[in-house]
Amino acid sequence: MDFAFTQEQEELRREARAFLEANPEAPLSELRELGWLGVSVPEERGGGGLSFLDEAILFEEAGRALYSGPFLTTAVVLPALPEVDEQAWSIEVDGFVPDLLHVDRVLTEEMRSVPAEGETLATMDETRPLGRLTSSDGEALDGEWEPVRLRLLAALALEAVGIAQRALELGIAYVSEREQFGKKIGTYQAVAHPLADTYVETELARSLAYWAAFSVAEDEEQAPVAVPAAKAFCAETAVAACERSIQVHGGIGFTWEHPLHRYYKRAQWLDAFGGHAAVQRAVVAAALLD
Amino acid sequence: MDLRDTPAEAAFRAELRAWIEENLTDEVRRGRFEEAGRDWSRKLYEGGYAGLTWPKEYGGAGAPYSHQAIFLEEMARAEAPSHLGVIGLGMAGPTIIAHGTEEQKQARLDAILSTEEIWCQGFSEPGAGSDLAAVRTSAIEDGDHFVVNGQKVWSSFAHIADWCILVTRSDPDSQSHAGLTYLIVNMHSPGVEVRPLRQITGEAEFNEIFFTDVKVPVENVLGEVGGGWAVAMTTLLHERGTLGFALTAALEAQIRKLIALAKERGATDVQRDAIAREWIGLQAVRYTTYRSLTTLIKTGIPGPEGSGAKLWWSEANQRVTKLALELLGPEAQVIGDNGYWQHQQLRSRGNTIEAGTSEILRNIIAERVLGLPRSR
Ligand SMILES: Cc1cc2nc3c(=O)[nH]c(=O)nc-3n(C[C@H](O)[C@H](O)[C@H](O)COP(=O)(O)OP(=O)(O)OC[C@H]3O[C@@H](n4cnc5c(N)ncnc54)[C@H](O)[C@@H]3O)c2cc1C
Repeated sequence: MDFAFTQEQEELRREARAFLEANPEAPLSELRELGWLGVSVPEERGGGGLSFLDEAILFEEAGRALYSGPFLTTAVVLPALPEVDEQAWSIEVDGFVPDLLHVDRVLTEEMRSVPAEGETLATMDETRPLGRLTSSDGEALDGEWEPVRLRLLAALALEAVGIAQRALELGIAYVSEREQFGKKIGTYQAVAHPLADTYVETELARSLAYWAAFSVAEDEEQAPVAVPAAKAFCAETAVAACERSIQVHGGIGFTWEHPLHRYYKRAQWLDAFGGHAAVQRAVVAAALLD
Repeated sequence: MDLRDTPAEAAFRAELRAWIEENLTDEVRRGRFEEAGRDWSRKLYEGGYAGLTWPKEYGGAGAPYSHQAIFLEEMARAEAPSHLGVIGLGMAGPTIIAHGTEEQKQARLDAILSTEEIWCQGFSEPGAGSDLAAVRTSAIEDGDHFVVNGQKVWSSFAHIADWCILVTRSDPDSQSHAGLTYLIVNMHSPGVEVRPLRQITGEAEFNEIFFTDVKVPVENVLGEVGGGWAVAMTTLLHERGTLGFALTAALEAQIRKLIALAKERGATDVQRDAIAREWIGLQAVRYTTYRSLTTLIKTGIPGPEGSGAKLWWSEANQRVTKLALELLGPEAQVIGDNGYWQHQQLRSRGNTIEAGTSEILRNIIAERVLGLPRSR
């Protein structure tokens, strides 16, 4: 039992965090140059030859930075292709395609590679709009949808951990500075305790997300349960983390100008895409009870 | 990262499973804790499974913490009762290992593992609960002993205990954290009186203890005279299950029973959702505990991520036991069989009070882990 990332992986995390803090809107091509695409694809197929656990770090950090390019979907699709290509990919789930406008091709649940043509819908999370394909005709790919689906849900869980972490950090910073009634508001337990709960839940969510990532990376037997378990818990944690953070910010947290609403909308996006927490828990319940 | 057992861990697990298979009878599994527990604890001791992580020279096995985690997992899986010496094993022992003299270690530790000596914890007083530093039980040095006077309360197992870890005020003019002395007190000494307190569950598991001119030899000071606060903090760290394995194991056992009940009685979609939620929470605590353990092995200090384990566990146990009553339907009020769930549900209300209330634990996380401005 060894539940820690390697030194190389921690180094990757530091690099990713520094890069995304400096370039939160870097185009996908820059991430490709950094070697962040196809990380877990074997070298002979043009990938990085590392593991899904390495990719996991990037999904988490992209969430923390609220990165809005089609990084997650492209990274999730690449292992399903015969060879890593230079295109931007999205993925169609339940008829919805994230970032349709910003990608070249789309992988569908029927394992078809379809040109990214269709309409983009007005979406609550403006940083990751959903679209609908005009047609689902395309080339059939070899391989199964299930591993793609598990990678996708695990990646969403990891991104949610990054969102929760950032919402918590913003809350801590604010309540440590802001004063009311002559005191820092963080000294009031009604303000501090919700943040303590967010901390506890975020650490629990992190453990589940890494467990899910490990299960996917090693193709473990429990992956079909671990992944929905993580998706459910992490998405709900991210949503609650943002809600508590908005509350302890007071009026400023309710403004368009403050970044929190964008984290909040992303958290809700993550919960909805691929099925809300209750849908994921139904899968877990079936495994436990039926 | 590799979440599977190492070959050594797998071997330990297999050996342990075989041992449990051979030694754990249904009688022990179903028996009343205070009677069946003693024999079972003795068996654990003889099998070398009591005090797995304690040093070999004091009767332990000197095993790594990962073995302790596996041990507790397997015990939960087999629905085995826990070792009877909860306080000795979980609190008094580790505190003696950390702060005791060689004589104290030799004299007390092995007897904890074998359950020859049962321990209780005398921390809380009528006027000092969450605010432990307010204790007033006095210990006045007089030659080769201290004279102890005062009252402790909510002391679990005191009615069957041979020894007590006692926090006292040895400097009558002192206040708060200074001037405290940590004593180990023989419960059979003249002047010690135990009065059981009936709990919400109807049974009397905790007690009041009255000390009237009780003589405690100076050799029984643990740590420094006046340095009791630091020693008490070591005890509390262990009590709150810094590493969370025991909490995970207890929750695992509970959720296994819950799932069995749901299969037997059927569950609505809402109940199925709630069961899945609790199972997911259990995995979350389990893997957070592992993460904290890995940090401990790599750095010597458990990671802060484990600090929420007791907080989460206590509230989860309250939800789980209530859910079980709900699965029983209107029959929930009827104490059939052995009234397991009714008892567990009522007992769970103590979980958010004992070993630091949830409010105090949130204060600690807010101030020490998140670094929020202090409220006091
Ligand atoms: C089942 C059980 C077993 C126990 N076993 C033992 C034992 O073996 N030995 C032992 O010494 N003690 C034992 N205790 C006692 C336990 O440690 C205390 O009950 C606990 O520390 C709370 O103290 P109190 O009861 O005086 O409540 P108080 O401290 O008076 O608390 C009352 C309420 O006020 C809240 N509160 C207090 N201070 C603050 C604050 N600063 N901020 C926010 N809220 C606050 C508390 O959270 C609580 O909700 C046991 C208790 C139980 C329930």
